[in-house]
Amino acid sequence: MRWRVVVPVAVLIALVGLLGYGLTRDPHTLPSAYLNRAAPTLALPSLADETQAVRLADMAGRVTLVNVWASWCVACRSEVSELAELSETTDIPVVGIDYKDTRDEASRWLRRFGNPYARIAFDESGSTGIDWGISGVPETFVIGRDGQIKDKIVGPVTAEVRRKRLVPLIEQLKAES
Amino acid sequence: MIPELGHLALILALAMALVQSLWPLYGIAANRPAYQQVAAPAAVGHCLMLGLAFLALAWSFYVNDFSVTYVADNSNTNLPWFYRLGAVWGAHEGSLLLWMMELALWSVAVVCASRTLPREVASTVLAVMGLVSIGFLLFTLATSNPFARQFPAPAQGRDLNPLLQDPGLVFHPPMLYMGYVGFCVAFAFAITALIHGRVDAAWTRWTRPWTLAAWVFLTIGITLGSWWAYNELGWGGWWFWDPVENASFMPWLVGTALIHSLAVTEKRGIFQSWTVLLAITAFALSLLGTFLVRSGVLVSVHAFATDPSRGIYILSFFAIVVGGSLLLYAARASKFAAGTEPVSPLSREGLLLLNNLFLVVAAAAVLIGTLYPILADALGMGRLSVGPPYFNKVFVPLTAPLVLLMGAGAAMAWKRTRPNALMSRLWTPAVIAIVAAVVLTGLTVGVSGLAALAGCVLGAWAIATAFEELWRRTRGSRWMLPRQVLGMALAHIGVGVFVIGVSLVSGYGGERDVRMTPGDTVQYAGHAFVFRGVDNVPGPNYQAREATFDIYKNDRQVASVFPEKRKYDQSAQQMTESGISSGPFGDLYVSLGEPLADDAWTVRIYNRPFVRWIWAGGFIAAFGGILALSDKRYWRRRRRRARAGRSDEAADGQEVTA
Amino acid sequence: MTHRIRCFFVLLLVCCAPGLCLAQAAESLDAASQARYHALIAELRCVVCQNRSIAESDAPLAGDLRHVVERQIRAGQSNAAIKRYLVDRYGDWILYDPPWQRSTVLLWTGPFLLLAIGALLIAALMRRERSVPSEATIKVGRDDHGDRLGQILADDRANRSEPKQ
Repeated sequence: MRWRVVVPVAVLIALVGLLGYGLTRDPHTLPSAYLNRAAPTLALPSLADETQAVRLADMAGRVTLVNVWASWCVACRSEVSELAELSETTDIPVVGIDYKDTRDEASRWLRRFGNPYARIAFDESGSTGIDWGISGVPETFVIGRDGQIKDKIVGPVTAEVRRKRLVPLIEQLKAES
Repeated sequence: MIPELGHLALILALAMALVQSLWPLYGIAANRPAYQQVAAPAAVGHCLMLGLAFLALAWSFYVNDFSVTYVADNSNTNLPWFYRLGAVWGAHEGSLLLWMMELALWSVAVVCASRTLPREVASTVLAVMGLVSIGFLLFTLATSNPFARQFPAPAQGRDLNPLLQDPGLVFHPPMLYMGYVGFCVAFAFAITALIHGRVDAAWTRWTRPWTLAAWVFLTIGITLGSWWAYNELGWGGWWFWDPVENASFMPWLVGTALIHSLAVTEKRGIFQSWTVLLAITAFALSLLGTFLVRSGVLVSVHAFATDPSRGIYILSFFAIVVGGSLLLYAARASKFAAGTEPVSPLSREGLLLLNNLFLVVAAAAVLIGTLYPILADALGMGRLSVGPPYFNKVFVPLTAPLVLLMGAGAAMAWKRTRPNALMSRLWTPAVIAIVAAVVLTGLTVGVSGLAALAGCVLGAWAIATAFEELWRRTRGSRWMLPRQVLGMALAHIGVGVFVIGVSLVSGYGGERDVRMTPGDTVQYAGHAFVFRGVDNVPGPNYQAREATFDIYKNDRQVASVFPEKRKYDQSAQQMTESGISSGPFGDLYVSLGEPLADDAWTVRIYNRPFVRWIWAGGFIAAFGGILALSDKRYWRRRRRRARAGRSDEAADGQEVTA
Repeated sequence: MTHRIRCFFVLLLVCCAPGLCLAQAAESLDAASQARYHALIAELRCVVCQNRSIAESDAPLAGDLRHVVERQIRAGQSNAAIKRYLVDRYGDWILYDPPWQRSTVLLWTGPFLLLAIGALLIAALMRRERSVPSEATIKVGRDDHGDRLGQILADDRANRSEPKQ
């Protein structure tokens, strides 16, 4: 007798609680599958010079930002200044992955909007993008000293994201030995 | 001016809804009959006001008044007029208005039938429906006003989402919503029963036709939706287990359970509190569906534009309505004690109990699958997806026994059936089902897959047992069967037809990707597809490239199909219009992919055997519901009671079973 | 608010129009592989148009992922290996068919647990009922509404049509 009354109410409370929690989450943004795991390999020709290779291993031991961008990506324009400022204030290198682009257009884009990158890898086929598990452009990964992915930003880095999410994380990662 | 009038009408509708609910409730509490009688005229006024608001919005669409933001966002001067009217409910605000107007229409239907109801019952039902309406009107006025203006008005609208530019838009949402909202009537009757402390044969007799009517609308709505998706999306599928589809499927499952449990409660006077709980649950799931579609809590194919503040409102409303009902249920349900009469496993009520178990668990499975990604996220177990493979795997074991029981159920007598009698009735349909299934598949698609054949036997079993029931009943002197019996048999036949369709299309269907240049021929599914070429065909608000495929069987042309690739002018959105050659035993479905070099195109050809049976089954079942609804016992009884006063409910001379 | 909605809508329109963007190379697979290919891409969720499989999505990334699947099928990889490859990169989220693992125990067993509980309840009900000697006997529960229950049933039998206040 009691059960017949308690169970429906309990189900309702659980359901409302669950849906209320669901409202606070954005179902569209996915965390990186590599979160707190070693970043996938990055070994691509440089954008500027085909014969040179860009590797994540070059940055070993440093906190690094990896930013996936493309000249055809409109949203990427807005984050150039943020990336530049972030790189400058926190003194960490930003490695760019130019995703499914042409060298000419990418170079023109960099001249026009600025170049915040320490190195730029050229991912013509997009296969490295898939290795990194990107769902769109731009996406930004924070790599710790241990070479692990610590966070992923989907969409352009805004001033708010930079101040509230990236700078504190980077400072914390830099403080770790 | 017209939009402002519409806005005003919405506000007046809110006032009317307040009168419709609060005044009669006070009248009941204070035992003042005159106050209770206010409910009926208020419900009519409420409906008129919502009708005015609806007309105002439709007019704004008709005259392309782009100063109304909602119109500008969802219409365009080049949109054909019937799509402009369909666009009224093409997005969030307008579809809410449709929701409320249909609720008001149901209220008016209750008013029309209320002369045969005791006064307190009628006015309480109307008051409860008014309360629900208040919630939605407040929501609309506060967060989703369809009449909001924008200045300056744009010269051209953004156009209706091309996905919705299909005749399906005109019919599918109104039907579906009539179903959703219709469960509000059953819900209101349940609340009334709880308030007045009474669930008896009379109550079930009042509730049954309303539940059945809502179920018929929901069945038609879901079937139309499936048909629309098949035609419009170009993916050859008829059900995608999308959250929006699940949102309509859950109330359907529970509503189906409710129809059956009402039959038991009426016939045997048992399971009262369970029936009341089901009526509350069916409507709760309708509200939950509204939340899922409009809150953005899940990613879905055709969810409306989302906004968390709306989500919070609907969730609170859901919690208040359902929580309040369950508290009332908790306080009163003990009055309708269960287990007053024995239930034998070999009896119709025993089988209907199992039917309820499977249907409710099936609904729970849909709910679990739909919400599990949120649960996994909440428990910190990471993001995961639950898609069609899960539902298909879980659903077959939950529904196959249901269809098996359904066949046996009609052959069962109430209270107790002797096993011998049961066996002697069931073996003929069982043999017929197996033979028919083998013959049907053998003649059309060929007997190969065991699972598809088993499904086919199951469907044939449902049909054969339904016919056996009809045959047995007409064998005596009675040639005129009660419509309720006919309706039940027809509904079960519909389920059988549906099961056959599903089994064969999933067992034998297939698709093939090919690259074709004009003149090429591809052999697939026993047919030769000849690609004739692509022409440019301008549409009213799009440019189409229309391909021609001639389909041959044994060197004889059997059909031509014209799949299109459309580019809509306003949104530059690309749409695929499939070319479908349909027949009673299957469709051949051609979708145009992308143009390649040298006039070549990628083409996907689908073989969809028996796919029409799926929708035919849905419509047959709905028609069965309509037939049962027209049974004279609902109508005659009303008239007689109206004539003879309220004294003869006991006389249930007719040997009618459900 | 409206701005946000528009953004969402524009996003939806741009990237998620239903359409077909077929991997043209897939046609060169043999029939068995093509069937496997179609079955597999229908079970993988598109990360861009998140409401559909990569078979249905025309997002460029979905096309790339279809190519990945096709290349791996051609290279003789098993379905499990292909799925593992994608899960490594995109997480369990990409699988429409959730694998049996710790986080999905409730998902897979939940419906059947409910079925079992319900079946037990019904069995208990039927057994209890069978022990009742006659259907006329009214079984009164432990609850204190028992007397009122009898009252209501008596009312019912008398076929009162006036609702109880």
